[in-house]
Amino acid sequence: MDFLPSDELDSLIATLRRDGYRVVAPTIDQEAIVYDEIESADDLPRGWTDRQEAAHYRLERRGDDAYFGYVVGPHSWKRFLFPPQAIMATADRTGDGWEFQTPRPDDVRFAFLGVRACEIAAIEVQDRTFLHGPYVDPIYAQRRKNALLIAVNCTQAASTCFCTSMNTGPRCHSGFDLALTEIAGGFTVEVGSDAGRKLLDRLTTTAADQTQQDAAAAARQQAVDEVARNKGMDTTDIRDLLLGNLEHARWDDVASRCLSCTNCTMVCPTCFCASVDEVTDLREEHVERRRQWDSCFNVDFSYMNGGVIRNDTRSRYRQWLTHKLASWHDQFGVSGCVGCGRCITWCPVGIDLRDEVAAIRGS
Amino acid sequence: MNRVANCNRSDPWLAHTVRIDRVTPEIPGVATYDLIFEGDAGGLSFQPGQFNMLYLPGVGECAISISGDPADGSRLPHTIRVAGNVTQELARLPVGATIGLRGPFGSHWPVEECAGKDVILVAGGIGLPPLRPVIYRLLAGRAQYGRLSLLYGSRTPDTLLYTDQFDEWRSRGLDIEVTVDRTNDGWNGHVGVVTLLLERLAVPRPENTLLFTCGPEVMMWYVLQTARSRGLPAENFWMSLERNMNCAIGLCGHCQFGPEFICKDGPVLRFDRIAPFLKVEQL
Repeated sequence: MDFLPSDELDSLIATLRRDGYRVVAPTIDQEAIVYDEIESADDLPRGWTDRQEAAHYRLERRGDDAYFGYVVGPHSWKRFLFPPQAIMATADRTGDGWEFQTPRPDDVRFAFLGVRACEIAAIEVQDRTFLHGPYVDPIYAQRRKNALLIAVNCTQAASTCFCTSMNTGPRCHSGFDLALTEIAGGFTVEVGSDAGRKLLDRLTTTAADQTQQDAAAAARQQAVDEVARNKGMDTTDIRDLLLGNLEHARWDDVASRCLSCTNCTMVCPTCFCASVDEVTDLREEHVERRRQWDSCFNVDFSYMNGGVIRNDTRSRYRQWLTHKLASWHDQFGVSGCVGCGRCITWCPVGIDLRDEVAAIRGS
Repeated sequence: MNRVANCNRSDPWLAHTVRIDRVTPEIPGVATYDLIFEGDAGGLSFQPGQFNMLYLPGVGECAISISGDPADGSRLPHTIRVAGNVTQELARLPVGATIGLRGPFGSHWPVEECAGKDVILVAGGIGLPPLRPVIYRLLAGRAQYGRLSLLYGSRTPDTLLYTDQFDEWRSRGLDIEVTVDRTNDGWNGHVGVVTLLLERLAVPRPENTLLFTCGPEVMMWYVLQTARSRGLPAENFWMSLERNMNCAIGLCGHCQFGPEFICKDGPVLRFDRIAPFLKVEQL
């Protein structure tokens, strides 16, 4: 195991940028920690932490100057691999008809710095959706192939985290190129791939000594202890539990609170609903087919033949939760939920899906 | 079992260029558009029950079942009812106009499972076009099958589709019974819902009878209940469902019905697979 001193973080970022990567990392914008392109370690939220509960998110100063002393914010890495807006095809008028084309995906190479274990799991869930079905999404495929993942092991948990219930964290075991654990003075580094090894070899590191390894283990243990104190989700037979209770009274109860605002689907790292619509120039000679993120909570999402099938909040909330926790297993062989807790934090009325599942289970 | 056959699997957003070669008015608000490929592009290889996304740039796409003979992929009839923006705009296009076509998509009627069996096709209204490719295929290999029946219901006699083909189909070995909800002067046929035809149909060997149905969901539900009461096992029914289609490749989420993506796992689905979900309102 290697040790990377804190002041080498800038070298890491600079090396990646020189190699043509767009380095995306946590940074502060509008009082939240979001993912955006950074230029140096100065752009990281050093010395900041987050306080999260249902319907509550605040940043606070830490007592130390840790670079990664918080958990996850409203952004997930899906906004880079599965961009909120993308052109899927074009149509150009010719003399007597139309010429159709599909654009080649751009060759952007992202280096994601600060990926959490639950987020690696979420990316792997989206891999099943976009890469492993009968149709492959060309934009996701290209960006995913080019992406470098520098993971960070969590050293704390928010009250909304339940990664252990979903078997996705807090420790990063695989799926990364490098994994950092932050301790005083720097990071212990685990290598997860050849690309990670090659990158690390270009930086100034030392072999991590026993004290450093112990400090890293203790830091990771803190996350384990904190998430163990949280409310979890019992996922025993959850697929049959939810699909066998489609008329449960709890759906009416949650519908009386839910605003159908779509926040949960926007922040969820595995949600993939989208709509392709037409964007045309004024003379209707050049048309773009633009895909945008959509949400099953939008009223017209299930519009068909003059009517809307899911015509109330009850049916739309039921669709979201049963898809996420139950049908996803039928479709992709895995749960759609990674226990990141974003939907709980960012729900304006504080709906907590851990409570909803427990209520249906009857406990 | 049901396989997706798509010639554009690696580039599913790229539309073929097709021309409207002929427009045949059928009944008020419904016309059949014969689409042909430009130049030497040949034709489309499709299975009965599959659909295409017909693309009008600047307006959008609509999901339409292919209602032609799968043996001839160079001419693709689509029988379309005007129901929204895209179909309305399509109805204004002249013969010779170019549109885009993505497809074929979806699962198909399992005609390959019909060998040696009796087959009952039950269609309601605009549900007959997605079943017509089955009729073509069954009659092309008539000797392989047992009794073949088409039970077809529509609202009124002047909303029946494809009636000019019924004599030919009957002569080639398809029994056809037709009913209407409301009659008018000159109608000598059955009056009543199509399930009555199924109640009266001779079903000598229900275990070896397959039933394919397409039409309004409530009609299909009652057809399936009637078929159960006639002794057909639940694994012998197939139905074609419909939902909002946007991408047609199972990636946009719009068409979900319980765990099924209607564009990819359907539209043709076996009854026992989806039975628990059919009577759930607003699923």
